[in-house]
Amino acid sequence: MQGRAGRAGLAVWALLVVLFLWVPLAIILVYAFNTSNIQSWPIPGFTLKWFRVAWEDEEARTALLLSLKAAFAATAVALVLGTMVAVAVSRFRFFGRETLSFLLVLPIALPGVITGIALSSFYTFWGVPFSLWTIVIGHSTFCVVIVYNNVLARLRRTSPSLVEASMDLGADGWQTFRFITFPVLSTALISGALLAFALSFDEVIVTLFTAGAQNTLPIWILGKIRLGQQLPEVNAVVFVVIVLTVIPVVVSQRLTQDSGLLRRR
Amino acid sequence: MAAGAEDAGRPTWAARRRLSAAFWRRPWLRAAALLTPPVGAYVLIYLGALGALFIAAFWALDPLSGELVHTWGFGNFRTLWQEHTYWRIAGRTIGLAAAVTVTDVLIAFPFAYYMARVASPRLRTVLFVLVLLPLWSSYLARIYAWRLILSKDGALNWSLGGLGLPEQHLAYTNWAMWIVFAYIWLPFMILPVYAALERIPDSYIEASRDLGAKNWTTMRRIVLPLALPGVVAGTIFTFSLTLGDYITPILVGNTQFIGNVVYRNVLGLTYNLPFAAAYATIPLAVMAIYLVAARRAGAFEAL
Repeated sequence: MQGRAGRAGLAVWALLVVLFLWVPLAIILVYAFNTSNIQSWPIPGFTLKWFRVAWEDEEARTALLLSLKAAFAATAVALVLGTMVAVAVSRFRFFGRETLSFLLVLPIALPGVITGIALSSFYTFWGVPFSLWTIVIGHSTFCVVIVYNNVLARLRRTSPSLVEASMDLGADGWQTFRFITFPVLSTALISGALLAFALSFDEVIVTLFTAGAQNTLPIWILGKIRLGQQLPEVNAVVFVVIVLTVIPVVVSQRLTQDSGLLRRR
Repeated sequence: MAAGAEDAGRPTWAARRRLSAAFWRRPWLRAAALLTPPVGAYVLIYLGALGALFIAAFWALDPLSGELVHTWGFGNFRTLWQEHTYWRIAGRTIGLAAAVTVTDVLIAFPFAYYMARVASPRLRTVLFVLVLLPLWSSYLARIYAWRLILSKDGALNWSLGGLGLPEQHLAYTNWAMWIVFAYIWLPFMILPVYAALERIPDSYIEASRDLGAKNWTTMRRIVLPLALPGVVAGTIFTFSLTLGDYITPILVGNTQFIGNVVYRNVLGLTYNLPFAAAYATIPLAVMAIYLVAARRAGAFEAL
């Protein structure tokens, strides 16, 4: 709708924003191959040795393992609980439905430090010792919303008459779920799970409050950066973390592009 | 389970059938069965934790032993009220959160507008992914990237040197925090604004022009009001995320944030959980007001 100058101006702005978003990421990815111990720009040469050093670091590997365990568990919890709420919210009208969707957004809408200290107070209150599960509970609070949003969006776009047709043809509740609801939801579930996984794998603000003395990978990275120790190794780990969080997002993005078959309109 | 369902014996089949029919006839039963586990867990754990936070804020530490005493009192809030340092820290946090939010609106709006209403569908998809990936890629890595860029021998000073400009010493300043916050939360602003702009029907804009409105008038009277819920939804994220962050101040700043005080009192050397809990009620109150106002503006449809 703008004149030519307006459009060109907007295009330049868009290019600048994309550069602003990506140049720092590109720089940090390049640092992973730094031959020098000193973190200055530009790097003097390329090497792969820090990836080996990082892999052979027992502490980093333990932290990675804990992060993976926590992310898998939190994703599983989020899948089950998030799907249940999404199905209920989309298929039934009940008292407090609006309030429920508002409350579910709270864990991502409230500042992370609040969720962190709230859970920390909660564990202190009941004398719960820190473990893998205290981390998983913390991560589940915000992972549920991610799955919920994905599944709800899919349900809103599919017609409830599919379920009715299945019942009319003589299927029982379980068969309808198994052969109709689940296939309709499957890609939304995978996509939600991947995003939840990426979020949990990377989380540090809440995790610090719920991990006690345990190290997840982000906590390990944070500790090293703060103390300025083993930075070349940290750069290699950060490279891997970026790749590990980006892959699920790309896959998830592809999955939620509509096939068009199950649209309501 | 699915295989079991197909070759199950007749009696169990009939029983399952009856159960299924009972659920189908009573929608409230299905709703209750679906909602009880997640809502129960949510209320018990998340709301329970927020409740514990409130209760802990009124506890105290025994001055001699340094142990938690479960007695009620306003001591923590009195300390907060009287210590100007805590006021300054809260003011700085809220002020920077507001500055970051405004910055991100200004950067994101023209970009989202370009994405939604100028770019071709193909380019739009590409831009969407280019915004989405930084949003999900590692938060720590992105702060760390700026720590390296802004450092004395970093990429910024290298570029400035190449252009013949003087060296900047931005590392560990409030400016650094402002840049880094604006950077890490930018995608959270772009996506809801884009979604809101994309939903505006072309016919509205054509109608406005047919009625003789200039570009700027159409922007101000049609596009901006319709995009507002998206903008407000974006500001919830940028404002709240900045308010609750304590990692960025640790890594690129040299001043304290609300989150740092909370963090130090829970996990740092000076353990005082009750005081940290009391201090955390400040961002909680600020966000509560903000969320209620945002809900009025219709931002929750756009989240």
